[in-house]
Amino acid sequence: MGLFSNRKTVFVDSDVLVVGGGMAGCGATYESRYWGRDKKVVVVEKANIERSGAVAQGLYAINCYMGMQWDENKPEDHVRYARNDLMGLVREDLGYDIARHVDSTVHKFEEWGLPIMKDPETGRYLREGQWQIMIHGESYKPIVAEAARKAATEVYNRIMVTHLLMDKTKANRVAGAVGFNVRTGDYYVFRAKAVIVAAGGASHIFKPRAVGEGMGRTWYAPWSSASAYALPILTGAKMTQMENRIVLTRFKDGYGPVGAYFLHLKTYTENAYGKNYEPTWYENTKELVGDYIDRHPVPTCLRNHAFLEEIKAGRGPIRMVTKEAFQDPHKEQVGWENFLGMTIGQAVVWASQNIDPKETNPELTTSEPYVMGSHATCSGAWASGPEDYAPDAYQWGYNRMMTVEGLFGAGDTIGGTAHKFSSGSFTEGRIAGKAAVKYVEDLGNDVPQVSEAEYESLEKVIFQPLETYKVGRNEITGGTVSPSYLLPISGLQRLEKIMDEYVGGISAHYTTNEPLLTRGLELLGMLKEDLHHLGAEDLHQLQRAWELQHRVLASECVTHHTMFRTETRWPGYYYRADHPKLDDTDWHCFTLSQYDRESGNWAMEKAPVYHIID
Amino acid sequence: MPTFVYMTRCDGCGHCVDICPSDIMHIDKTNRRAYNIEPNMCWECYSCVKACPQNAIDARGYADFAPLGHSVRVLREPEKGTISWKLIFRDGREKNFESPIRTTPWGSIKSAEEYAAPSKEALKSQELAHEPDALNIEKLPALTPDQLKQGVI
Repeated sequence: MGLFSNRKTVFVDSDVLVVGGGMAGCGATYESRYWGRDKKVVVVEKANIERSGAVAQGLYAINCYMGMQWDENKPEDHVRYARNDLMGLVREDLGYDIARHVDSTVHKFEEWGLPIMKDPETGRYLREGQWQIMIHGESYKPIVAEAARKAATEVYNRIMVTHLLMDKTKANRVAGAVGFNVRTGDYYVFRAKAVIVAAGGASHIFKPRAVGEGMGRTWYAPWSSASAYALPILTGAKMTQMENRIVLTRFKDGYGPVGAYFLHLKTYTENAYGKNYEPTWYENTKELVGDYIDRHPVPTCLRNHAFLEEIKAGRGPIRMVTKEAFQDPHKEQVGWENFLGMTIGQAVVWASQNIDPKETNPELTTSEPYVMGSHATCSGAWASGPEDYAPDAYQWGYNRMMTVEGLFGAGDTIGGTAHKFSSGSFTEGRIAGKAAVKYVEDLGNDVPQVSEAEYESLEKVIFQPLETYKVGRNEITGGTVSPSYLLPISGLQRLEKIMDEYVGGISAHYTTNEPLLTRGLELLGMLKEDLHHLGAEDLHQLQRAWELQHRVLASECVTHHTMFRTETRWPGYYYRADHPKLDDTDWHCFTLSQYDRESGNWAMEKAPVYHIID
Repeated sequence: MPTFVYMTRCDGCGHCVDICPSDIMHIDKTNRRAYNIEPNMCWECYSCVKACPQNAIDARGYADFAPLGHSVRVLREPEKGTISWKLIFRDGREKNFESPIRTTPWGSIKSAEEYAAPSKEALKSQELAHEPDALNIEKLPALTPDQLKQGVI
């Protein structure tokens, strides 16, 4: 293989392999070690776990904390909240499970050294809202990473996992993973008894609003490259609610968070003419979704819907009224530190445009769509629920095990469980970690075996873009245009354009229909074929090539799910213009998909929504 | 704001290369100093800026929407447990902030394996590590699977 002929193959054995060292992966690692004292626990991360995942930059709030010790909330309350926000459709068993454990996670974070703000009068954690507590979280990830590093047998940074490996002795059972070191180019074969996928959700599948230098300032991290979905999809694991993309109302251009502004600082929105526009769209929304608009709090997508309609009516920009609140120096400090703690770019935008919220009410915008399982939507893998109360239809094995044996997930990876955020993702990692240790214990000597033929053929596929580039580059004098290869950035831009125009992105006002989706799938199919011709100049580009592969597969899944659900369940997130209303008769259910790796076909089905909580 | 590196300050130590979550800080092979190889994949997370021992890395707002003339500088002091920010607006106004980042010494977290090993029996329970104690309530809440409903609630 010319330049890379010195590539080594490194074999790593483990009992529990954690793919992705973000919040969920760190939780999985900690818990796997706690329960599996004699187990080999290995973490593999494409960046550096000290600052990886969505929390790399820090956070200013923990958005999922019950406060059971002070009778603030019960886990049931959180399930009701998430169900209401998602228009009725959540896996209540999984959501309850996270909610009942999450307080112990947060208490550990505080013990480890995370500065949590306190209410000076009560001594309790300072609440931003009913579920949120405020933190000084610049070092949230380094603190959590310290706990994970101490728990892990080995941590492998800078290795991009591209595929999972299946057991050659038993069908539908996982046996490990493969990937490459983005610094050395060495090929890694991880052999594992259990695998926990704790990778990131999907940014950059829809065209972002900024397409120049600022394309990286997406709301969700640009390194969240849909590995959370592509890795399980390729094994044939069933996925759920992949159509349930999220659109965020945020401060313009920097996508700075609004939670503290609404909840703690008590700022509010108005249209360009100083009017509260939400009541204007009440009847319109009721027509679409019925009495879901009367629920409290109003579901996030429906508030987005009013925002979008007001903009379309020509009364934008929508602004956040900050001038009153920011006269209070304490609130002003909270407002700025909120950005500096988690979205520094918004502070830069305001400094650069002379926006001082004490004097100017800043503009808001709606983001491009993202697909994720940890924030306020619930795309991800279909997972088995907790043994003590999950309905039979939701239980086929160990807690958080997917429909593939030995394959677990947490965080963005697991579907049906909205509103877990950072603390809930870590908690779900803990749940998966304990379950994986139990699974490994129960395996005994029935150890999965990787297939040499499988990892050898994957090696060729994984490194092919380097070879393709090298050969093709000799054909041309220079530049980025080649008849023989496609650069990862070009493939990414094509993907974003297809998803934007055909699957409900910003330029289509988040709207799509069956003919558009059909055409989108045709174009995605051609893009998938073209990915065989990806060219990578170096190992960094090879990482981008595989991130693109993961994004394209996840996008195809999103498009099939969007096609399957013939209703508009979440106006404000996306619209099926050919089925503009919410339809509880036919669609009060989950959508499930399963990918067939051999044929490339997707099988769609419905699964029941069981309500466990009143 | 994508990051950039000042030529006279960078000594090519590679801390930024090690920490960047987006893998975009690399060492230039000719001048042996770090630079941002892919500004349009920069999240402006400041991980590299905070990690640079020479304060050689800064950021300049994304050219598509940030007018020039601003500055957001940071000093992270892990030993002191603080982070300090200085914002300078395009029109020269200035704002300063300082926040705590950690309440315990670095490296002080008690490892999961330093706790007494749980029993085999406990592995079968629903309790996670340190529960129920760490919940600060008597016992882990649970549901009974006897009230399943389908349809709109």
